[in-house]
Amino acid sequence: MLKKTSFYIGSQDAFPALREYWLPFVLAWQDISVRYKRSKIGQFWLTINTFIYIASLGVIFGTLFRLNLHEYLPNICAAILTWNFINTSISDGCLAFINSDSVILQIKMPFFTHIIRTVTRNLIVFAHNIVIFPIIALCVGYGINFYALFAIPGLLLILINLLWVCTILAVVCTRFRDLHQVVISLLQIIFYATPVVWDVKSLPKDVSPLFVTLNPFYDFIDLVKRPLMGQPPGMNEWLLCSALAVIGWCVALCVLGKFKHRIAYWL
Amino acid sequence: MAFIHLKNVGVEFPIFNAQNRSLKNKVFNLATGGKIESREGKLTVVKSLEDISLDLVDGDRIGLIGHNGAGKTTLLRVFSGIYAPTSGECAIQGKCVSLINIQLGINYEETGRSNIKLRAAMMGMRPKQIEEKIEEIAEFSGLGHFLDMPFRTYSSGMQIRLAFATSTSIDPEILIMDEWLSAGDENFKEKANQRMSQLLDKTKILILASHSRELLERNCTKILWLEHGKVKMLGESSEVLDKYFSRS
Repeated sequence: MLKKTSFYIGSQDAFPALREYWLPFVLAWQDISVRYKRSKIGQFWLTINTFIYIASLGVIFGTLFRLNLHEYLPNICAAILTWNFINTSISDGCLAFINSDSVILQIKMPFFTHIIRTVTRNLIVFAHNIVIFPIIALCVGYGINFYALFAIPGLLLILINLLWVCTILAVVCTRFRDLHQVVISLLQIIFYATPVVWDVKSLPKDVSPLFVTLNPFYDFIDLVKRPLMGQPPGMNEWLLCSALAVIGWCVALCVLGKFKHRIAYWL
Repeated sequence: MAFIHLKNVGVEFPIFNAQNRSLKNKVFNLATGGKIESREGKLTVVKSLEDISLDLVDGDRIGLIGHNGAGKTTLLRVFSGIYAPTSGECAIQGKCVSLINIQLGINYEETGRSNIKLRAAMMGMRPKQIEEKIEEIAEFSGLGHFLDMPFRTYSSGMQIRLAFATSTSIDPEILIMDEWLSAGDENFKEKANQRMSQLLDKTKILILASHSRELLERNCTKILWLEHGKVKMLGESSEVLDKYFSRS
């Protein structure tokens, strides 16, 4: 009885994949290193490009809107880095199965392996980019304190959430190919609606604060941003993101279990 | 102990973007591939396999034969556990390795040595096993100093050598092949054939799809002849091969 449920079938895919985590790690590392194989400074182009993006955006917006660069720059740096990680993971996640079609059609391995590969690949990019934060903080003389260590469990919680989001999207986007474009557009809207480059304090009085507090992406970003900015981690975001993780994983395992046998047919 | 048990297995592909097909297309497709059917007026399905029943146990060496589009590749994928049949029963036990595209997982920018690791990992070898086998694979490939050069600098013969050496270093229980693997010049070919037969000796169940009569006769004890996704004939090698090759 139990063995027939989608949830069980889904977990029989996900947990073996997690046990054999080294395979998606090797593949993810490969994905990154091959992109920069023939360049002199290799994957540090990732860091340089992001640094230029954040520094120019920070200085231009900060000057235009007369913001305090001392606080604004590290703020948007932490927010943009976290947002980029979430954003690229989700949009890559939609293609997790489609891009691995040749592997899926020849080698039987858990479908979840391809999800881990996608998220890990983006985590590696994030790890390259995070060094920008101390550099920017140092440039503007913003002090970092020991709360910054809480960014690590925060990142882990984001990771756990991304895994279920990507699982659901990968399954659905393989079946309905147009959905990937829809997801990209939605992410664009979310980027503008979430306090990434703008601050919550600048929200007009007549706009309900629920606009921000009900947005889970705001909480996700705060998981990493607040500790990096030297603030204690907030109870709210931790509770909300943990609850989302539990519910999301249950749904994702059911979806994966229900459609696992169909994925190869859709490729 | 490895086994494969298929009972009345069918495989149907949904085609979501198929437009209305003309009669000409229909007739044309019937001649080469499986059957195409329209379901409830909207969803088109391709029946790739229908009503396949087969039992394989340790020691079985089966050959698949049939013209293009008869469903050989689809059946190979059913055996590998990639396609779960849309109808019928299917039970497969045993570590299964398919050598359909032996260059899968290889990266052209990486060195030969890292490609051995990548390809081996892709086939399900654990890091420890890879460490144990890498020297043997490197030696067998005979590529010497080229192992530290990027794969893209290899000649096509060298590329196949490396892929072959790595792909044949596994110990599968069920081995699935689409045509015979062979590599390189005359010298290497002999070494390669020897290695292939060693691999076959270790394998419990062999499934080989091929168009070559000689190859099938040499390696298989049973032949399954597929036509339009159905079993046309299943039996002793010589008997089925005689029928198949005298048909045209």
